[in-house]
Amino acid sequence: MAFLEVEDLKVHFPIKGGIFGRTIDHVRAVDGVSLSLEKGKTYGLVGESGSGKTTTGRAIIGLEKATAGTVTFDGQDITNLKNKSDVRKDVQMIFQDPYSSLNPKKRVLDIVSEPLRNYENLTKKEERIRVQELMELVGLSPESILKYPHEFSGGQRQRIGIARAVALKPKLIIADEPVSALDVSVQAQVLNFMQDIQEELDLTYLFIGHDLGVIKHMCDNIGIMYRGRYVEEGSTEEIFTNPQHIYTKRLVAAIPDIDPKNREAQRQFRQEVKTEYEQSFNDYFDEEGLAYQLQPVTETHRVALPEKG
Amino acid sequence: MSDKLLEIKDLKTSFRIKDDYYAAVDNVHLTVNKNEVLAIVGESGCGKSALAFSVMGLHNRAKIEGNIYFKDQDIANLPPNKLNKLRGKDMGMIFQDPLTALNPLMIIGDQIGEALLLHNSELSKTQRKERVIELLNKVGIPRPEHVYEQFPHELSGGMRQRVVIAIAIANDPELLIADEPTTALDVTIQSQILDLINELKEDMDAGIILITHDLGVVAEMADRVAVMYAGQIVEVADVHTLFNEPLHPYTRSLFDSVPNKAEAKSKLHVIQGIVPSLQNLPREGCRFAPRIPWIDESVHEEHPSLHEVAPGHFVRCTCYKHFEFPGESSEEEEQHGVSRS
Repeated sequence: MAFLEVEDLKVHFPIKGGIFGRTIDHVRAVDGVSLSLEKGKTYGLVGESGSGKTTTGRAIIGLEKATAGTVTFDGQDITNLKNKSDVRKDVQMIFQDPYSSLNPKKRVLDIVSEPLRNYENLTKKEERIRVQELMELVGLSPESILKYPHEFSGGQRQRIGIARAVALKPKLIIADEPVSALDVSVQAQVLNFMQDIQEELDLTYLFIGHDLGVIKHMCDNIGIMYRGRYVEEGSTEEIFTNPQHIYTKRLVAAIPDIDPKNREAQRQFRQEVKTEYEQSFNDYFDEEGLAYQLQPVTETHRVALPEKG
Repeated sequence: MSDKLLEIKDLKTSFRIKDDYYAAVDNVHLTVNKNEVLAIVGESGCGKSALAFSVMGLHNRAKIEGNIYFKDQDIANLPPNKLNKLRGKDMGMIFQDPLTALNPLMIIGDQIGEALLLHNSELSKTQRKERVIELLNKVGIPRPEHVYEQFPHELSGGMRQRVVIAIAIANDPELLIADEPTTALDVTIQSQILDLINELKEDMDAGIILITHDLGVVAEMADRVAVMYAGQIVEVADVHTLFNEPLHPYTRSLFDSVPNKAEAKSKLHVIQGIVPSLQNLPREGCRFAPRIPWIDESVHEEHPSLHEVAPGHFVRCTCYKHFEFPGESSEEEEQHGVSRS
């Protein structure tokens, strides 16, 4: 059994309508997602905005109610748990926007110690020492615990968010676009740091993102989502060098090439992929424009194609 | 490519904070030619948007010194009524966030039509509508007659950005300023928008200033690149030179911090320290010096200026000659025993 096992997860949101506000239809935000994640690895969940990647992450941690499917974490079924406290301790989340995920009225000490106060009975003094240790761990000065979030830069804030996430020594961290709001050099800082603490604390990451450059850099395995379903899953190598699904090909082709020499070739290649995408859309997606069930290509590589025959 | 369209000379844009003026853009010299994309690169807070806003005259209370020649006319500090004859007509701007750039209470057709109405008043109502439909077609919006009647919230992010572009190009501007035009968009849509800007450049023979922090976008789009740090331009070169032989420590640091180039799972380069805030900018000496503390102070110039190291390739300060990343084998470092703290 893998460390985190998600099976056929569905999250549907009701659409209310009519005079009585009855449910007339559902938005299938997540529509049958399965993934498994080994301990100590990083799994990348990729998709465009609206593809359901964030909802998947939120459903795993229990911030969103799963309509169907199961989430098994460390051998324990955690789907829609009533008493979430045990799991919450082991599964933490890093949020996208370091400007809105920290309460501006709270000092860093209170922000970082909040999870500690929820789960551990520490005296004020112990708490302070723990927070100072955490601040050192994320590379901020221990004296800064009495400051407020606005006194920090974007990268520093994101590290405060990380300090909060690792305060309870979690086993799994769900990182929802942790660097999207940051400049490249700050982004580099946070990514390096996430790798460091992964080693140090033996963390497992579910890394949600849309920047394929970052995903490629960080992840061992990648799942690509489109409209609530998986279109392809595989190791980073497989996804980037041998994409099978036209949607994946298009995503990979859309990454700007960092070498201006390849500009023309890249543009032409992108044009070809785009034409292929438009022409063969119906071969890769069903009548509703949704992805098919995943078929295995290799042991780790699966792609959503219609069944043969 | 010698048709000079815009020439910025010794531009200094200062903002007032508590009775003192602080320059967000300082000593900037730049030219933009026709049919050319000039990319301005830098982190947030380095003054790239402040520079663009100065050219467009969009700063409300800033002190702008220096000259901005647009087709030989100095437009720095031009009164608004004169500037309004240029803005939206000869100069167009594409804003970063398509949702805030559009009026939520106006249909798309009227928003684009407004630009025509102000600068092209001889058009009749039907002519104007025809032109708007033509523009919507040009920026690749499907079913333009339908979109004409729609409100911004009914469109997706990519479609909204196309509308913003349609407004910017409504009067065939000669200069187009695109301020992070794709930052808010998904990659596939980003590539479409970039292709569109490229087509427009060729169609209209326009000069384009592309402001971005994404080096991938620069590699795909730019003819020339200016790198900004702390309000100053630290390096200017054509795109191939800049990507093959970046010289300034800041440019090199930026390149090394991009995950695209690096080996997977390897450590990315991190620039020490943070971008200084406007009030804390070092005003004397090399502004990047505090962020490369392992480099000996004596290699910086006292008053760093841009040096032309090759035709068209300018670098500020002399520290680039001695710059090494920490860990690179370097005599300099051993001699002075400077190490990264």
